[in-house]
Amino acid sequence: MRCRILRVQDSPGMGRMKSFHPLHFKTYILILLIVIFGPLGNMLLGKGMKSLGTVAAWTPAGVSRFVTFALTSELVWMGIGSLIVFFVAYALVLSWADYSYVQPTSAFAYGTAALLGHFVLGEIVSTVQWAGIMVICLGVLFVGRTPPSTTEPI
Amino acid sequence: MLAEVIFFFLIMVAGTAGELSMARAMRTVGEVTDFRPGGLIRVALRALGVSWTWLGLALMTLAFFALLAVLTVENVSFVVPVTALSYAVGALGGSLFLHERVTRTRWAGVLLVCVGVMMVLLGKRWG
Repeated sequence: MRCRILRVQDSPGMGRMKSFHPLHFKTYILILLIVIFGPLGNMLLGKGMKSLGTVAAWTPAGVSRFVTFALTSELVWMGIGSLIVFFVAYALVLSWADYSYVQPTSAFAYGTAALLGHFVLGEIVSTVQWAGIMVICLGVLFVGRTPPSTTEPI
Repeated sequence: MLAEVIFFFLIMVAGTAGELSMARAMRTVGEVTDFRPGGLIRVALRALGVSWTWLGLALMTLAFFALLAVLTVENVSFVVPVTALSYAVGALGGSLFLHERVTRTRWAGVLLVCVGVMMVLLGKRWG
């Protein structure tokens, strides 16, 4: 899967072409992976860590025992696997897109996190929290209207 | 409580600084156009030769363990949105450190994200 990428400049009329541009296409695909696997990894880690309880003592030995214990959990490893997919997608998209574009647009992940927390973990998400997540998504839409890349390669 | 504040600080500051370092490293590696396994391995090897990558990984590892610690005492639907406060730091870092053009529209988006985060925080408190 190889594709030639054209660098997008901030120009009038670019908005109409956005969805058909190869740069936008591969950016959106990778951001989709980020939005899915980031929260999934966090949820799996959350579920795994909750089952372990709290750290008994914040000493090197206590923390070491806790980390060793955590690394025997299947859920923790599944979470780490999901976060690796998230990290690779994040690193790849940053090879051409602005950090200040990728970071906010990946905030769609907060909606995914709340949905996973509510429906999978049974956590209580209040109305104000849901509204906050909607505002975050609105902010992401604003950022999404700007060009993904505004710099030249170093 | 103090431990939680320190961990949240580490998640936000070390996490964002780590990501900015990774962004700098990937910009040095260059735009990825070959997504086949061999191509991705070559990109990974090139990235590992850039010192920014190692700094980024170290900072993100620190943030990761802080996240693990916080997740033992707080709900994931609270912890993850709180870390979104790093968006403001990220946009500023992108502008100053990576010389990205952060337009007014992009700043407006970042501001909305921060407002949304505050609502999530207050929603947690008001329950």
